[in-house]
Amino acid sequence: MSMNAYVTLSAVLFSIGAIGVLTRRNAIVAFMSVEMMLNAANLAFVAFAKVNGDLTGQVVAFFVMVVAAAEVVVGLAIIMTIFRSRHSASIDDANLLKY
Amino acid sequence: MQIHMQEAASLAQASGVSSLAWLVIALPLAGAAILLLGGRRTNAWGHYLAVLMAVGSFVVGVLLLTDMLGKPVADRGVIIPLWDWIAVAGFHVPVALQLDQLSISFVLLITGVGSLIHIYSLGYMEHDPDRRRFFAYLNFFFAAMLTLVLADNYLLLYVGWEGVGLASYLLIGFWQYKPSAATAAKKAFIANRVGDVGLSLAVMLMFAVIGSVTFEGVAKAAPAVSEHWLTLIGLALLLAACGKSAQFPLQSWLLDAMEGPTPVSALIHAATMVTAGVYLIARSHAIFDLAPNARLAVVIIGGITLMMGAVIGTAKDDIKKALAGSTMSQIGYMVLGAGLGPVGYVFALFHLITHGFFKAGMFLGAGSVMHGMHDNVNMRRYGALRTSMVVTYATFGLGYLAILGIPPFAGFWSKDEIIKAAFGQNTFVGLVTLIGAAVTAFYMTRLMAMTFFGTARWEDGVHPHESPATMTVPMVILAFGSVFGGMALVFVGNIQSWLEPVVGFQETTTAPSSAVLMPTTILLVLVGAWIGFRKYAMQAVPVEAPANVSWATVAARKDLYGDAFNETVLMRPGQWLTRTLVYLDRRVVDGAVNGTAGLVGVLASALRRIQNGFARSYALTMLIGAAILVAVAMLVRMS
Repeated sequence: MSMNAYVTLSAVLFSIGAIGVLTRRNAIVAFMSVEMMLNAANLAFVAFAKVNGDLTGQVVAFFVMVVAAAEVVVGLAIIMTIFRSRHSASIDDANLLKY
Repeated sequence: MQIHMQEAASLAQASGVSSLAWLVIALPLAGAAILLLGGRRTNAWGHYLAVLMAVGSFVVGVLLLTDMLGKPVADRGVIIPLWDWIAVAGFHVPVALQLDQLSISFVLLITGVGSLIHIYSLGYMEHDPDRRRFFAYLNFFFAAMLTLVLADNYLLLYVGWEGVGLASYLLIGFWQYKPSAATAAKKAFIANRVGDVGLSLAVMLMFAVIGSVTFEGVAKAAPAVSEHWLTLIGLALLLAACGKSAQFPLQSWLLDAMEGPTPVSALIHAATMVTAGVYLIARSHAIFDLAPNARLAVVIIGGITLMMGAVIGTAKDDIKKALAGSTMSQIGYMVLGAGLGPVGYVFALFHLITHGFFKAGMFLGAGSVMHGMHDNVNMRRYGALRTSMVVTYATFGLGYLAILGIPPFAGFWSKDEIIKAAFGQNTFVGLVTLIGAAVTAFYMTRLMAMTFFGTARWEDGVHPHESPATMTVPMVILAFGSVFGGMALVFVGNIQSWLEPVVGFQETTTAPSSAVLMPTTILLVLVGAWIGFRKYAMQAVPVEAPANVSWATVAARKDLYGDAFNETVLMRPGQWLTRTLVYLDRRVVDGAVNGTAGLVGVLASALRRIQNGFARSYALTMLIGAAILVAVAMLVRMS
């Protein structure tokens, strides 16, 4: 498969993720969208690493996965705590920290 | 024009008796310190100590004079270095005294007349609860005035200049519980302050342009300096002289200064301090010789003041204020004489010395009259005192003849020469001095007649009596000065050749001959005196001042609107200026600072709205930002 396909797929996935983050109110869905953006980036990293014959991109992809896993742990815990106290998972409801 | 200026190559350092000149200043200074620091413990004997110090200073002065007379003319001017005051690279100011014919003349005038006034004050201030403080201030004045005339540079002169200003302030306001005295003291101080600005400007200009502030250094360097600078320095010195010597337009303080005790008026505001301006001009002759425009300004100021003082003197009913107007007028003569240049310096100083004698004598006489009249100063309540106060009448009368310029009394010798020199300069200036002499005769006759002649207009319960000997003896001695002072200085002292080595002298060549001028002057004086005598001695003097009088009299009673002038020209614009500055400070300076802060605040509260708490809007901002960054990066790479 040509390089274009990977990059296009990565771009599409990233765009879908970004639109999801911007449009969805449910915190879990927004979270999943963020994961999708991260994985789009991973795909691009790995694809370019393969093309360039350089391992650096693949190593970065692993780093991203580790950071994403840690983020999921903290993020889900926060979402769960907010849901317990407010009975809502909408990110628009959690808007107390403002001017 | 050939000017006789025998500038000694360099003044020698003092040795022998003349190196003791510092004692002249140190003695009264020590007296003042002891009396002021000793407090009440010195009450009992303090005034005697002060008199002793003053007389001691006079004795040292006489010793210095005899020493000087024993030397050849060229060696008479000496410098007595005391210590270094300011010593930095390129600028050196020593504390040193300059003893020459000019300064010794002043030392003897100040200590001589001053000692007599100290003795007089023993009687005059006998019952004053603050007698010790009075004598302490008098001694302090002595020290400051002697520093002024003995200094060998302008900075040290400035110290003395400020010192006499302070002493004048303290003594005018001596009875400070009287609001009028307190106000008069402040007025004198502030008017003097305006003049002091002139002196400090002159000193700074000398430092910047000439690079030296010693009299000798300035005199040596002056010919090389451009005339514009010299004129500027001369005008600054003239401003200083105007303040200290009560010359137009800073004259109004002198009349109010009569609130002080009468011995103070005699010593400070007639004989010595107010003549410091004349001394300053004569001492700076090296500058004025080379700046004819500055000299012209001096002549004009002197002429204006001469006439103003005389006119004010004609309308005052307060005996001391009438004498103060006369002092103003006579100093106007001196300033005018000094402004004439080498033809006039000597006679200005000559008149200064004779005036010191007869005016101090008349002030002491006025004090004696007040002493007998329960401190009433209104001449309309005097009259016919010649029988009850014989000594005062006689001494005052001799001073009167001296100020009129009747030969052979003291004023004749000096005033006549000034009138002659003035005619040599310019006929108009000469006429001013001539008319001034006639008006002087009129107002002095008026004063004399209202006080000693006519009918008694005393208030009830007043029994005039002669003053005690401590007061009459100094008056008698000063009266001797009024009679013989002029003759002695001309025939024995030979004042022209005495002062010539210091200030230079040139015989006036363009004046009409004395054979014409002298009889004219005397005739005019006699006419003035006759008019005054007819109006105030032969006709009855009303007890209340007449109300419907000409505008000229009204103006003269109000000091020729000197206060109104001060108010409109100096005070109002000053107030306007400060108010404008305050307004500018509030609105512009503070406004800029506060406005900036306000603007930042408004901007910040507008920008704050971006922090709306919605995570998705933050995410959008981040996305847009990232997109812009990527776009910019790509654009840069492509170009």
